[in-house]
Amino acid sequence: MEVYTVGALTRYLKELLEVDPLLQDLWVEGEISNFVVSAAGHAYFTLKDASSQLRCALFRSRLAAMGSYRPANGSAVIAHGRLSLYEAQGNYQFYVDLLQPEGVGALHLQFELLRSRLEREGLFDPARKRPLPRFPRRVGVVTSPTGAVLHDIIHVLRRRYPLVELVLAATLVQGDGAAARICEAIRALDEHGGVDLMIVARGGGSLEELWPFNEERVARAIYAAHAPVVAGIGHETDYTIADLVADLRAPTPSAAAELAVPDWRECQAQVAAWQRQMALLAARRCAAGRAGIRHAGGALLRLSPQARIDRRRQQGDDLALRAQARLTHLLAVWRTKVEGRALQLGSLDPNAVLGRGYSICWAGDGVVRSVAQVSPGDAVTVQVSDGKFRTEVVG
Amino acid sequence: MEAEGLSFEEAFGQLEQTVATLEQGDLSLERALALFEEGMRLVGRCNAMLDQAELRIRQLVPSGDGYVLADLE
Repeated sequence: MEVYTVGALTRYLKELLEVDPLLQDLWVEGEISNFVVSAAGHAYFTLKDASSQLRCALFRSRLAAMGSYRPANGSAVIAHGRLSLYEAQGNYQFYVDLLQPEGVGALHLQFELLRSRLEREGLFDPARKRPLPRFPRRVGVVTSPTGAVLHDIIHVLRRRYPLVELVLAATLVQGDGAAARICEAIRALDEHGGVDLMIVARGGGSLEELWPFNEERVARAIYAAHAPVVAGIGHETDYTIADLVADLRAPTPSAAAELAVPDWRECQAQVAAWQRQMALLAARRCAAGRAGIRHAGGALLRLSPQARIDRRRQQGDDLALRAQARLTHLLAVWRTKVEGRALQLGSLDPNAVLGRGYSICWAGDGVVRSVAQVSPGDAVTVQVSDGKFRTEVVG
Repeated sequence: MEAEGLSFEEAFGQLEQTVATLEQGDLSLERALALFEEGMRLVGRCNAMLDQAELRIRQLVPSGDGYVLADLE
């Protein structure tokens, strides 16, 4: 006999529940009661029907992913989740990841479940959306080879951007096996079509008819494609998983073709605008060139040697004038000096002294400067201002 | 550079670049005129392609292990 602890038994039971595939992917319908949201933001409630009750937990992240729908006590709902065991209380509990109002169809529930799962996985992440090439050369189209959709896409491309080459990867677009065929067409185009982008398109239809585009494998094929994908599935109000995972969602197949290529008339208008602009810029540049030549001519004149020669000549003239003035000045100075000296010389002139009444006495050839030079009876000559006369020393 | 043989995307892109360079303004007259002539060749290339364009439609068809491109219609 073996005795188990409570904990060991609880873990054993929990394992039993968690290896059962049915209990791990479970849809349950019932009515909500005892709905409470904890301080941490998780919701706890009971699902019940006439005979039984089921304890449920809905964690905060899943609650937030439900968008605007808020369950309340008394709501009839369909819940998806997995069953497990809450060890602390020994209760089995339904861990809900999707809650939808009762009455919603099964396809809608599947859609919501897949959308919620792929969204968490990041397949719809806006940061992952790739830009479309501005001027695609080859556009792949995944659609039915018969019917209006291909015709509409051809019409739009021919009208809007006939420079492009369209490569059709024909596929079933509804019914059994369509999803696999769509995946194969996407993969074939991506690997062998040499396309710059691809359009995945289908005309309008019921949810059942559009269903292949809500299958996980199609979503993953679109996600895996190297070329950017434009989805144009159904009408404007139809949203499929393929639309959500595509790089760009168009409301209709024709709109997808419009978004995939530029409009050649706009290209032509742009080319014409550039042509005018270049002509204008070239004309402006030539005008600037002519203005430059005029400017350079002026500069040449200013810089020519003739100007320098003229300038030098004028400098020469200036120098000559200044030299002459200087010379005149010097001459005047010298003349004054010479006249001064002449006056000085005049005062030293013996004749001038004689004029003032002095006389010179000569004895023989010498001038008598002392009485010792002469004796009484000597003859001497006296010179006065107007001549000489002889006389005799008397004493 | 020869404008013939350029794809529309290449011709359009080079034309855009040429106009942008011309707009800078601080170019020699020779360079500006050379750019103008080049731009006009690119204009011709773009217009010729737009005028002559005719949508080509092909289909990817299985062939052996892979696929080949075949004309449609």
